[in-house]
Amino acid sequence: MSILINKSTRVICQGITGKVGQFHTKGCKEYGTQMVGGVTPGKGGETIEGVPVFDTVAEAVEKTGANATMIFVPPAFTADAILEAVDAGIQVIIAITEGVPVLDMVRVYPRVKASKSVLIGPNCPGVITPEECKIGIMPGYIHKKGPVGVMSRSGTLTYEAVWQLSNVGLGQSTCVGLGGDPIVGTSQIELLKMYQDDPATEAIMLIGEIGGTAEEEAAAYVKEHVTKPVAAFIAGQAAPPGKRMGHAGAIISGGKGTAAEKIAALRAANIEVAESPADMGAAIVRAMKRSK
Amino acid sequence: MKIHEFQAKQILRNEGVAVPQSIVARSPEEAGAAFTTLGGAIAVVKAQIHAGGRGKGTIKDNSAQRGVQLVKSAKEAAEVAGRILGKELVTIQTGPDGKLVNQVLVEAGCEIARELYLGIVVDRSSHGPILMVSSEGGVEIEKVAAETPEKIFKEAFDPDLGLQSFQVRKLCKKLGITGASVASAERLMKGLCRVFVKYDCSMVEINPLVVTKAGELMALDAKVTFDDNALFRHKDLLELRDLSEEEPSEVKAAETGLSYVKLTGTIGCLVNGAGLAMSTLDIIQLHGAMPANFLDVGGGANVQQVTEAFRIILADKNVKAVLVNIFGGIMRCTTIASAIIEAYKTVTFTVPLVVRLEGTEVAEARKLLVDSKLNIISAEGLTDAAKKVVAAAK
Repeated sequence: MSILINKSTRVICQGITGKVGQFHTKGCKEYGTQMVGGVTPGKGGETIEGVPVFDTVAEAVEKTGANATMIFVPPAFTADAILEAVDAGIQVIIAITEGVPVLDMVRVYPRVKASKSVLIGPNCPGVITPEECKIGIMPGYIHKKGPVGVMSRSGTLTYEAVWQLSNVGLGQSTCVGLGGDPIVGTSQIELLKMYQDDPATEAIMLIGEIGGTAEEEAAAYVKEHVTKPVAAFIAGQAAPPGKRMGHAGAIISGGKGTAAEKIAALRAANIEVAESPADMGAAIVRAMKRSK
Repeated sequence: MKIHEFQAKQILRNEGVAVPQSIVARSPEEAGAAFTTLGGAIAVVKAQIHAGGRGKGTIKDNSAQRGVQLVKSAKEAAEVAGRILGKELVTIQTGPDGKLVNQVLVEAGCEIARELYLGIVVDRSSHGPILMVSSEGGVEIEKVAAETPEKIFKEAFDPDLGLQSFQVRKLCKKLGITGASVASAERLMKGLCRVFVKYDCSMVEINPLVVTKAGELMALDAKVTFDDNALFRHKDLLELRDLSEEEPSEVKAAETGLSYVKLTGTIGCLVNGAGLAMSTLDIIQLHGAMPANFLDVGGGANVQQVTEAFRIILADKNVKAVLVNIFGGIMRCTTIASAIIEAYKTVTFTVPLVVRLEGTEVAEARKLLVDSKLNIISAEGLTDAAKKVVAAAK
């Protein structure tokens, strides 16, 4: 078992004819993902990386039975691409694109929530269920199948965590990059619920960062509803207030969103916190031992 | 993107929001003339810089002069402008060096009955814009939020429906705004919410928002910040950008496709990915030193970007050592190693360089660095890298 995606997931790429879309379609296919098609308006009928290209998502779904999509279209068209996927009834929508205007996401968010679709991202590395399905830009080979669910707001830091997990002999159930923007499709709480309900996930690694109050909300949720061991790391302890640290959402503003506040909230929920980014793998081991 | 107060007020005026009459001046003469044109008995001379806290801030070499001052004659307006223009203003937000003041706003005085606070931001928890008001005007909202959160009132609104009249009435009730002032509040609040959506703002802040003795609500100050990701559909706003207000190294980095934030420590950092870059700052601090910058080279760094990144990092005279921390995923370690070697040859390195590589093709990449015979300290793992770079900086 796993969450969101598995070996039977059928994936299309929106923006497949772009350089990045094509590159990662190839990468996902090589990993073993069932890439069944792509969508680029006006390019229907072409074949890219051995898969058919369609003009619309609706047509791609009809012809290929796709139930997941990976979005690489430019930021100005991302809202449209997400809503098109929702309209076509795609179950799992993964938006990799960085730089989507916040108010576009404000408009898209309620429409996704009113549908049966799940949106991951935007501005995220994607989702991987090791040895089954990879949808996104992460290096597949560092992952291996195992008991830890990994959730994060960033990309390379997640790879670092996965690397450390593999080094301590722990594989992953599913790794999810939630995205580094202020408004993303799926919250940490929603993901915690999925991991809690997933029999293959025995422990959860939560990688957060400064900005907003998502980690505080997640901590409160863990305290009430999560029985599995949880470890966490918060990036940005050394970040000054008022400065955006790369991600659009990573900013301490109005005195809110500091690492110290988040760490205090996580500890109050009995979550094992890694002090150092080098300690993430060890922290999950401690969390798992403690719960025994 | 941030803009000046006078630019923000022009946008508000265009949307029917009440703001005092004002004129921008770039010389003492212009400031004196502006006072005369406004025609009132009093006016306020306000330094125009992007940082907040101007009223309490002082001129760097003249601590008697504040960044905002009430004046009572054209002569006095010119004198005050003369003491502010061309000088650095130091506020709680500028750092000790202050910011050069190139223009002042000369604004008509008004008779204030009450000072309030108003702010609009996108609230992450409710996934949409919210209007916040407080009866505590002129005070930092952070302070109010921490000490008396019950004095802040919030209303979420749909970007396309806009703020509704009943929401204005609710807020007025809570703020004790009554009678004819409610209509004035409605014009102002709805106008500000329209501005927020129309221009894809990330923040609109009016502090203080005043109720005049005549009962009118007016924006006495205005801070407007735009969502950088939405500027592609607001080309007209780009001309409002004032590059002299921005850190030159950050502007340069952005042009090269690098995400760079200047900090005050001694360890320069070059990292791929924002999360790993933040974590690199953290681990440096955990090992007893302070980072000189945040720098994310992104997912596909090439020789040109790495070279430029090194130049930007080394231009900071505080830097005593540089740490490169790369987790090669899609970007192969060999690619980044070659880029480092090329860049190292082009840029004059006067401080030690520590390199930590992990991920795709890492063994080959480490061999490339060793074979290059360059003076590069190799590290394995985050902790080793942090220890080595902190030691090298001493």
